[in-house]
Amino acid sequence: MTYTQLAVLGVVVAAVLDLAVFRTRLLRRRAFWTAYAIVVFFQLLTNGWLTGRHIVTYNPDTTLTDGDAVLLGDWRILYAPVEDLLFGFAMVLLSLDLWVVWGRRGVGREPSADGPWVRRRDAQQAADAASAQNPRRARNARP
Amino acid sequence: MPDALLPYSYLGVLVVILLTTLPLELYLGVRVWRRPRRLLLTIAPVVAVFLLWDLYAIDAEHWFFDPAQTTGVMLFGVLPIEELLFFVVVPIAAVMTLEAVRVVKTHWVVGDER
Repeated sequence: MTYTQLAVLGVVVAAVLDLAVFRTRLLRRRAFWTAYAIVVFFQLLTNGWLTGRHIVTYNPDTTLTDGDAVLLGDWRILYAPVEDLLFGFAMVLLSLDLWVVWGRRGVGREPSADGPWVRRRDAQQAADAASAQNPRRARNARP
Repeated sequence: MPDALLPYSYLGVLVVILLTTLPLELYLGVRVWRRPRRLLLTIAPVVAVFLLWDLYAIDAEHWFFDPAQTTGVMLFGVLPIEELLFFVVVPIAAVMTLEAVRVVKTHWVVGDER
């Protein structure tokens, strides 16, 4: 099989796992597509580095692209063949599906986020709620 | 790039990915690194599937790697160790990104909620 065929197959298999086997249905969730949009941006950068510098070189006989790595065009985006986008999508979707599957089964579901950013937000929300309930007392309670 | 760093051209990318996602764990608090069992169970099948794909692709000459820009540590005689690490690092970064989205968008459902 060519890389093109395998890459399409990879996406189809990952999508079938997501929708019909695991039934995690990340493909129908905003959280997934938002995360993927962030990941694909960085994928284009790292892939551009790997392909543009010829750290990895693709065989044009097995891809849509016909020639050497170019910045854009000839079925390439930032030097990388478009097949890489499908390869990356399949890998990200499978990874996130498995993460959700294990979480659903209770593995590592707790505890939830606890960084400084979250603590600050939660403290702010608590303060806002208190001030909505009793403006004078909340104002006095603020540090 | 200095010649001495050339063998780390690929490995360096993986280090950069790990370092740039680390604030999600330390500052945002996604708790991905701190759930090693769930992370390991997630990564292992991905590594297995994509290593097989990689080995097939190398055998079928879909792609090849520059020996001068990789460390030279090879798996099965043909696969740069960077490829294995790529299949570990990228899923970690992807999971951290999803969890980061959830931290910010607390009402967005993913499917593992109670």
